[in-house]
Amino acid sequence: MYGALFPRDMFAELDRLQREMQQSFDISPSIRGFGRGGFPALNAGGTPQSVEIYAFAPGLDPATLEVHLDRGVLTMSGERKSDMPNGDEKTTVHIKERFAGRFRRVLSLPDDADPNGVSAQYRDGVLHISVKRHESAQPRRIDVQ
Amino acid sequence: MSEKTAVTRETMPSQPDAALMPPVDVVEDGTGITLYADVPGVPKDKLNLHIEADTLIIEGDLALNVPEAMEATHAEVSLPRYRRVFTLSKELDASKVSADLSHGVLKLRIPKAEHAQPRRIDVRVG
Repeated sequence: MYGALFPRDMFAELDRLQREMQQSFDISPSIRGFGRGGFPALNAGGTPQSVEIYAFAPGLDPATLEVHLDRGVLTMSGERKSDMPNGDEKTTVHIKERFAGRFRRVLSLPDDADPNGVSAQYRDGVLHISVKRHESAQPRRIDVQ
Repeated sequence: MSEKTAVTRETMPSQPDAALMPPVDVVEDGTGITLYADVPGVPKDKLNLHIEADTLIIEGDLALNVPEAMEATHAEVSLPRYRRVFTLSKELDASKVSADLSHGVLKLRIPKAEHAQPRRIDVRVG
């Protein structure tokens, strides 16, 4: 298969394929749009020391981005302004696919996430949130005496 | 401005063809066309814009700061690449395209050629 950005095992790939198939054949999607996805698109992964979350949220003012962590639930919200012209100008909109408006995405962090070790960085339209895991939860080698 | 479905294949084995299609907005006014494309994660030096004859190609590679030991658990953006191809119409002046990349949004301004811009013709009463 092609070089994936987030390489995963085959089962995850199959899962993704199945979801995409479902999406493209589904004639009556959910009233809130597609079940998965939405804005911003999320990628998540983990290392033994941290949980890494990437939110693909281009065109935002970082100051208006709200990131909250409450009892293991991480919430990202904000608003994306439309770049569309006002109605009074003599313009024609040919394609309109980009998201505009308020958004909110919520995800629950694993139990070992440390609420005091969260850092968030917005670069090139991607919000990268890194949450440290509790030290006590990190894998250790136990010496046998 | 119409979209091309047939994308030309590049014969570079290291660069696979699979790419994400960035969502775009295209707005036309009297003096030209403005195109906005969402390419989050693409830094300025990884963005490639080509105009060949009447074809506009937008390409970009994602550069995320991913820790080496990371194992992905969930991915909605699963390919490291964006690509989209448009066909420009004749009245657009491809030599005067200006591009601006800010916070993952590419803004392209393609002006119309001088002769194609709307003009008001004064009616003189003789």
